[in-house]
Amino acid sequence: MDRLPDGVTEPRWIAGAPTLAQVTDDIARPMEGRPGKLWYALFAVAVLGLLDLLGMATYLIANGIGVWGLNNSVGWAFDITNFVFWIGIGHAGTLISAILLLFRQKWRTSINRSAEAMTIFAVMCAGLFPLLHMGRPWDAFFIFPYVPNQHGPLWVNFRSPLVWDVFAISTYFTISLVFWYLGLIPDLATLRDRAAGRIKKLVFGLFSLGWNGSHRTWARYEVVSLVLAGLATPLVLSVHSIVSMDFATSLLPGWHATIFPPYFVAGAIYSGFGMVLMLLIITRQSMNLQRYITIRHLDSMAKVLLLTGSLVSYAYATEFFSAWYGGNLYERYHFINRATGPYAFGFYLMVLCNVIAPQLFWWKRIRTSVGALFVVSILVNIGMWFERFIIIVVSLHRAFLPSGWGMFYPTLIDFGILIGSFGLFFTLFLLFIRYMPMIAIWEVKGVVTDQQHGGHGAHGAGDVHATPAALLTQAVNHAE
Amino acid sequence: MPSNVLVATFPHVEGLLHAVRQARREMLRVYDVFAPFPVHGLDEAMGIRHTRLPKITLIAGLTGLVFALSLQFYANVLDWPLNVGGKPDNTTLAFIPISFELTVLFGGLTTVAAFLLRAKLYPSKRPWLPATGVTDDVFALVLRKPAAEETHQRALALLTECGAASVTESEAEL
Repeated sequence: MDRLPDGVTEPRWIAGAPTLAQVTDDIARPMEGRPGKLWYALFAVAVLGLLDLLGMATYLIANGIGVWGLNNSVGWAFDITNFVFWIGIGHAGTLISAILLLFRQKWRTSINRSAEAMTIFAVMCAGLFPLLHMGRPWDAFFIFPYVPNQHGPLWVNFRSPLVWDVFAISTYFTISLVFWYLGLIPDLATLRDRAAGRIKKLVFGLFSLGWNGSHRTWARYEVVSLVLAGLATPLVLSVHSIVSMDFATSLLPGWHATIFPPYFVAGAIYSGFGMVLMLLIITRQSMNLQRYITIRHLDSMAKVLLLTGSLVSYAYATEFFSAWYGGNLYERYHFINRATGPYAFGFYLMVLCNVIAPQLFWWKRIRTSVGALFVVSILVNIGMWFERFIIIVVSLHRAFLPSGWGMFYPTLIDFGILIGSFGLFFTLFLLFIRYMPMIAIWEVKGVVTDQQHGGHGAHGAGDVHATPAALLTQAVNHAE
Repeated sequence: MPSNVLVATFPHVEGLLHAVRQARREMLRVYDVFAPFPVHGLDEAMGIRHTRLPKITLIAGLTGLVFALSLQFYANVLDWPLNVGGKPDNTTLAFIPISFELTVLFGGLTTVAAFLLRAKLYPSKRPWLPATGVTDDVFALVLRKPAAEETHQRALALLTECGAASVTESEAEL
C-alpha cells in the first residue's frame, strides 16, 4: 500500500504542481532543442540495425526464402515467430490507449501516446514477415479479394484463418493509426502556435487541421475518442485471437488447443507491457521526463506484468495438463519433447522469463527500482519470443510419424532479419520521441488541473459518464 | 459574414466556468469557449446537446457487417463455390471474423470522417484563434456582442466581475 501525505486521497500521477504553460514547455522542449548524447548513440545503433534489415531483405528477395533455415518438416520458423512476437508487442499500446480509457485509469495519460506509437511501429515490423515469407512480395496484393481478378475467377479462401489475419491486421493497423492521429491533433495545434521556424509552422499547420480548442469541438472529440476506444477494445482482443487461430484451427499437436485465443491475448499484453516498460525507461532517462513518467507509472505497469505473466503461466500449466489428461499419444509426446527434446533449452528459458521473472513483482522494492524493471522488461521480451518459437518450431519439428521429423537450424539470414526488425522498430521510435510530442500534452493538462483542484476541475478523454468500472477504480484508488 | 464578438480570457478553469454560468443566466449568447483541454462541466454550463456521432458509428458499422457477409456469401456461394474439406458453401461461422473486422473498420473510419466534417477540420485550414495561448494555457469565453449598449455594458461588467484577465472585441465568422 502506498503511503500518501495526510489529506491526499487521489494518487498524484504528475510530480510537483507544474503550471499549464510549464507542461507545454516540458513536453515540447525535447523537440525544440538538440537531444542528448544517449539519444544519438541509440539512434546510431538503431540505424545500423535498419541497414542490416535492408541488406538482408534484399538478399532474401534476390535469392528466395531458401536462404532461411526452413525445410520440409519446419516450413514456418523465425518468420512467423517474429510476426506473432511483433503483433503481440503492439497489443499493449491499444490496451493502454483504449481499454484503460474505458476504465478511466488516469495513469495512462503520460504513457498512452508513446504506447500507441509503439503499436503502429510494431505492427509495421510484424507485417514485414508475412510479406518476406511470400518470396514474391510484389504479388502481395493477391491476399486481398479484389475485382476484377486478373488471375482467374478465384477468390481468396474466406474460410482460412490466414485470410482472417489479413483483415484483422489491416483493420488493426488502420484503426490504431487513426486513433493515434486523432489524439495528436490538439497537440499539433499547440506546437503550431508556438513554432518558431517556417517549416515547422507549415507542417504543424497542415496536420493540425485548423484545431483551435473550441469546446464545441472538444465535446464531440471526447465522444469520438470514446467510440473509437469502444471499437478498439474488442478489435485488439480479436486480432490476437485470430492470430492464434492460424495455429489452433490446424490439427497439429501443440497447436490444436481451444485455450489458444485467451492464452495468446494474455501473452500479447504481457510482452507488450514488457516492451512499453523498456521504452518508457529509455525515454524518461534520455529525455528527462521523470516528472511525467513517474515511478508510480512504472509500478502500475509492473502490476499488469505480474497479472498477465501469471495468466500466461496458468496457460502453460493447462496445456501440459490437457496433454496428459487428454490421453492423445501425439499430444503427450509433443509436451514431453517440449521439456526434454532438442529445443528444451528454449522451453526452460521461457519458463525462467515468463513464469519466474514476473513473480518478482510481488515485492514493491523491485516494482519501484528502475534498474530491476529494465532487466525484467528485457527478460519478458526474450521469454515471449521463445514462447512463440517453441509453439511454432517445436510443434512442427516432431509431429506424428518419425519419418516426417526434422530439425530447424536458423541461418545468419534468419538472425539478421530478426535483428534488423529491431533496427526498424527503434529507428522509428527514436525519431518519434525526437520529432513528435511523446506525451499527450492536452491529457496531462487535464490531469494536472484535476490534481490541483481536487478532482472537479477537468478530466482526460472519456470522462463523460461514471461507469461502474470507473467507480470501482476510484474506490480502489481511495483504498490505497 | 463576420460578426462582432466579445472575447474574455481567463487564467483558470474556475473563473471560466463561473463566467459561462453567469452569462447564460443573464441571457447573453455564448458563441463558444476555447480551452487547451476538455474542461469538465462545460457541456452542462454551455448547454451543449449530445452529439449524434455515435448513431453514425452504428449505421456505418452495420453497413460494414452487411457488406462483409454479402461479399463472402457472394464469393463462396454464388460466384465460385469451392469445396474445401467437404464443408458447406455457406459456412457462416467461418465468415464471422472478417465480418467483425469490417464492422469495426467501417464504423471507426466513418465516425472519424464524420467528426472532421462536422467540426470543419481539414488540412491546412487557417485556425481562428480568439486569443493567443488558447492552445497553451489560456481559457477564452467568446460571447456574441449584444446589440443594445446597455446589455453590452452589463456583459463587460459581468466578465470583469468573474475575474477575466482581459476583455476585447473581435470579429468571428459565425
